[in-house]
Amino acid sequence: MSAMSIGEGAALRLRPPSNQVDRRAVPWWRTTLLLTGGVPVLVLVVLAVFLSGARFWLLLPAAVLTVLTLLSALLLPLWWYRVHRWEVTDEAVYTRTGAIWQEWRVVPMSRIQTVDTQRGPLEQYFGLATVTVTTASARGAVKIPGLQHMLAADLAQQLTETTQATPGDAT
Amino acid sequence: MTTTEVGWQQLDRRTVVVTALTTAGVCVGGGVPAVYWIGRATSLWIALAIVLPGAALVIAIAALADLLRWHKTRYRVLADRVQLNKGIVFRTRRSLARERIRSVDLTAGPLLRVFRLVNVKIGTGEQTGAGQSSLSLYPVARAEAERLRRELLDRTPAGALGDAGDGRLATLDPQWIRYAPMSFVTPTLGAAAFGLVLQVADWFGMQDGVVMWTFNRMRELPLVVAILVLVVIGLVIGLVAASALFVEMWWQYRLDREPGGTLRVRRGLLTARSISLEERRLRGVELVEPLGNRLLGAARVDAVATGLVKQSENESTDHKTLLPAAPRTEADRVAAAVLREPVSPTAAVVLRAHPVAARGRRIRWGLAGAAAPALVLLLLGWLLSVEVLLHLAWLSAVVLVPIAVALALDAYRNLGHGIAGEYLVARSGSVRRGTVALQRRGVIGWTARQSIFQRRKGLLTLTATTAAGSGGYSVHDVGESQGLAFAEAAVPDLFGPFLDRAADESDSSRV
Repeated sequence: MSAMSIGEGAALRLRPPSNQVDRRAVPWWRTTLLLTGGVPVLVLVVLAVFLSGARFWLLLPAAVLTVLTLLSALLLPLWWYRVHRWEVTDEAVYTRTGAIWQEWRVVPMSRIQTVDTQRGPLEQYFGLATVTVTTASARGAVKIPGLQHMLAADLAQQLTETTQATPGDAT
Repeated sequence: MTTTEVGWQQLDRRTVVVTALTTAGVCVGGGVPAVYWIGRATSLWIALAIVLPGAALVIAIAALADLLRWHKTRYRVLADRVQLNKGIVFRTRRSLARERIRSVDLTAGPLLRVFRLVNVKIGTGEQTGAGQSSLSLYPVARAEAERLRRELLDRTPAGALGDAGDGRLATLDPQWIRYAPMSFVTPTLGAAAFGLVLQVADWFGMQDGVVMWTFNRMRELPLVVAILVLVVIGLVIGLVAASALFVEMWWQYRLDREPGGTLRVRRGLLTARSISLEERRLRGVELVEPLGNRLLGAARVDAVATGLVKQSENESTDHKTLLPAAPRTEADRVAAAVLREPVSPTAAVVLRAHPVAARGRRIRWGLAGAAAPALVLLLLGWLLSVEVLLHLAWLSAVVLVPIAVALALDAYRNLGHGIAGEYLVARSGSVRRGTVALQRRGVIGWTARQSIFQRRKGLLTLTATTAAGSGGYSVHDVGESQGLAFAEAAVPDLFGPFLDRAADESDSSRV
């Protein structure tokens, strides 16, 4: 079966989208990870200060969590930065995201329903924005995180104009 | 129907009687144990003197509230929209554009049917906030409901005669009832029956009595036989209950194609249901074969359609089912008829197998799943030093491992994908084998997903996103080249511009 299963002739592979996300996405992701890991560590440490009886059983998970948080904050954003790429052509939006599970998504212009940009407080601090492209599918939304925010605004504008020019109800 | 101002209509007034009777039923259910308990403490007459006026009061309040609700509810059908005004304290006015109406579903419980009344739910199927996209008329007379349904769903232009529809596409064959017990419903209902007996006994304070009675009957039997007897009794009850449930749900089932391009499912023994589906919302069908049904050669047909109203998990499965579990040939015939194809794409397609690496993955998952309970038992047995648990551990491994491997091999055999005319077809699953046929023009995007484990084996999972059904249908663990070639063949020019042909294995672009 395996001889049959290779496509006609040459092996096919998805090429990476052309654009990388903004370099500042790395510190943004890093800060997010540090905050999500740091808050429970802080809670555990504060509890350990007050509850002397259970101190060991509070500090042990706190230490494990600290190591995990530091490791992931150090390495994951670098991995994400290498994986996360995007591309917008006249016909489609094409993205690659993920790390352990990588995901390539393509949405044709004619099927785009709405284009949003979002900026959380951290993203604002780093001058970044996330562009979300939704389709009629419950599973079709495509996100491009970590874009320089002016670029994101331009991109959203451009996508909105292109999709408005395309006829059809996008289902 | 009283017409007060331009076109405004009221619900059927008999709803008050129905509400009063329903409440009376609830009062009887709650009242009998109450009388029993109070009667035991005092006397029967005192119990009745307390409970009866209480019940009467509850019934009166319910009926009055419903009368008020009836009084405050008005609806009308205009040329371009349907309006509903309702609410006793908080007035709500809802208006649905008629061109957006996608479904008019009718349901009538036994009591409503006695009064020839029907509940009507008009839906646009849009995924906006809950309640915003639908409008319920609770209840109207049956003739009025039929009129609303026809008027709101018929898209043939006024004056034109339109096509007459094909009429009947399928009806129930009573023999299909044999597929009903072949599912997890049977043991569940069997267990529920035991629970119900104990619960009712508890209301009358006889739970211990029932348990002792059972225990005494079983005392002469060895433990294993006693357990077996209970299991068999449970299964028999479950079997009867599952069959009864099937009859309640699917009695008088018929599937029609109506003029104006609407598919209509009508069914139900006690509660009559009518579900309509506009054909232009249909993006394909899914042939679903749960393991029990597949062993008997049966399959059910679900619609893959945009904007199906989803109230609860339970209801959503009912709403999209076009044909209950029926012989495979019948399922294929109905699927073909629904899609207006000479042969169902699920039958016509030649499915291509997936790489052998996908089999290894399934076997590893199966073994991990089978090992988990054994390891837990082993650990517990070792920690608590209980020898029985250690025996249970190896017993569970001996039983579960062959089952897991068999299911894994079956799951691998079931993997497949192909193209049949205007449809792309994907099959997967073992306990629930689903074969979806999705219109190629209904695909609105592709997602390719690859874990680091899949990457090592050259596999990926391909998902066709669509506005219909669950929003995406996947081709699991397909070979990388094979899958991308399939995606490109099924829906050209989506992944096309982004494909590297003749890519080198040692490509540095992999991250």
